[in-house]
Amino acid sequence: MQWVNAVVQGILLGGLYALFACGLSLMFGVMRVVNLAHGDFAVLAAYLALAVITGLHVPVLWSAVIVAPLFAAVGYTVQRFIIQRSLDVSPLTTLLVTFGLSIVLQNAMLEAFSADSHSLPSGSLAAGSFQLTPQLSVGHLSLIVFGVAVVVIAALQLFLSRAPLGRQIRAAADDQEAAGIVGADVRHVFGIAAAIAFATVALAGIAFGSYSSFDPGAGPQRLIFAFEAVVIGGIGSLWGTLLGGIILGVAQAVGAQVDSGFGVLAGHLVFLAVLALRPSGLFRGRLT
Amino acid sequence: MEALREVGFTLAAGETVALIGANGAGKSTLLRTIAGLHRPSNGSVRLDGREITTLPAHARVARGVVLVPEGRRLFASLTLEENLLIGATRARAGSWNVDRVIELFPWMADRRSRPTVHLSGGEQQAVAIGRALMANPRVLLLDELSLGLAPALVKRLYDILPQLLAEGVSILLVEQDVTQALRVSDYAHCLLEGRITLSGRPSELTPAHVEAAYFGLVARPAGAG
Repeated sequence: MQWVNAVVQGILLGGLYALFACGLSLMFGVMRVVNLAHGDFAVLAAYLALAVITGLHVPVLWSAVIVAPLFAAVGYTVQRFIIQRSLDVSPLTTLLVTFGLSIVLQNAMLEAFSADSHSLPSGSLAAGSFQLTPQLSVGHLSLIVFGVAVVVIAALQLFLSRAPLGRQIRAAADDQEAAGIVGADVRHVFGIAAAIAFATVALAGIAFGSYSSFDPGAGPQRLIFAFEAVVIGGIGSLWGTLLGGIILGVAQAVGAQVDSGFGVLAGHLVFLAVLALRPSGLFRGRLT
Repeated sequence: MEALREVGFTLAAGETVALIGANGAGKSTLLRTIAGLHRPSNGSVRLDGREITTLPAHARVARGVVLVPEGRRLFASLTLEENLLIGATRARAGSWNVDRVIELFPWMADRRSRPTVHLSGGEQQAVAIGRALMANPRVLLLDELSLGLAPALVKRLYDILPQLLAEGVSILLVEQDVTQALRVSDYAHCLLEGRITLSGRPSELTPAHVEAAYFGLVARPAGAG
């Protein structure tokens, strides 16, 4: 029964990883940008949510309603004014720029919020759970996070495949110059894609902050898990990213069941195995 | 590198002008400059007398300057119908829509929801033309329509041009297939090393003239420019 429990908890944890990873997957799939500051932006979102919660006395779910749109605006701005400029130079420059952003963010957060760790006051959400069997229960919070991840990925998928703007995003991902020829303003389209990615980063950061404590240096670890989920699932495939997150979550939970110190390592080993045996990931997709 | 020098010509409404010339003569560069993909170091591109030299490609589409690029450049992630629909991203007001394109190329009806990668070269070229028409162009720029296609197929594609011209669309085409280009155009310019070496109506151009201008064997004849 403990094993079943580990698998169930792992699947739910996978939702959080997928939520982290879908923004990374979108940025890479569309703009070929590896955003090394992805995890740090998530931590920043958690801090902003904390400020909103304590300042406006609203519950954690409401903070997302404020922080996610704010992050969308941040994403558009960062893309248009920082990442796009580096993209115009070379892909390597983009890597350096996002690495620089990561360091700047970590130090700015350290300056602003100190090195103390915080967590978002999720109240009854964190404590409450459904008792499925005497040995098996699932927490309200992890169920909500998993649900949010599935809804976000489904909505993103629907937007990309059906909406005219989603079509422009796919076209720009295929061939930037041709997208310009058909009338798409590629810089604006990239900005929109980054805005969406950053909104999901905000949700991931808030979910993470509700799950566990965070501090200004927590970002890179989040980035690694998100990367692993993307690579396991297959770059560019959003449903693959969800599956990748779940596989990573299950590997970590089952690993932790074997030995409490083995969890994270088990996740890395599964990631390495996928990388060795199926380097293109389990799903191959072009943003579909 | 300077690919174009001293090139000047005008395109009137409802007219087809052909740019012919050998590889590397600057034909495609000229077309891409008009489409907004290259910014000229000097000189200007005007539409209705208004300067559009600094407008990016997507903004020119909104003004009706639409390119069918060399190599077709269809979007691999999009279905045939989506490839057409995306052509309407900045469409001007006009009568073109997916149904009308399918009327022009009836075979598309069965394959509208399939990707375009499995289509033949000629079919892909038709999709690229349809995609450009979706923007309701005033000036249609056709870059090497014949590239890699069987001559019979090329003729079929060029045979739809009169329909477009009847609606007041102007066509500027770049073509290596000189016979084809002269057959469909009202006026032709021959480019050599970034310069126009010969201009005239196809009926006035003798094969010897064209050959000379094409390969740069003699100085430009009187009246060229």
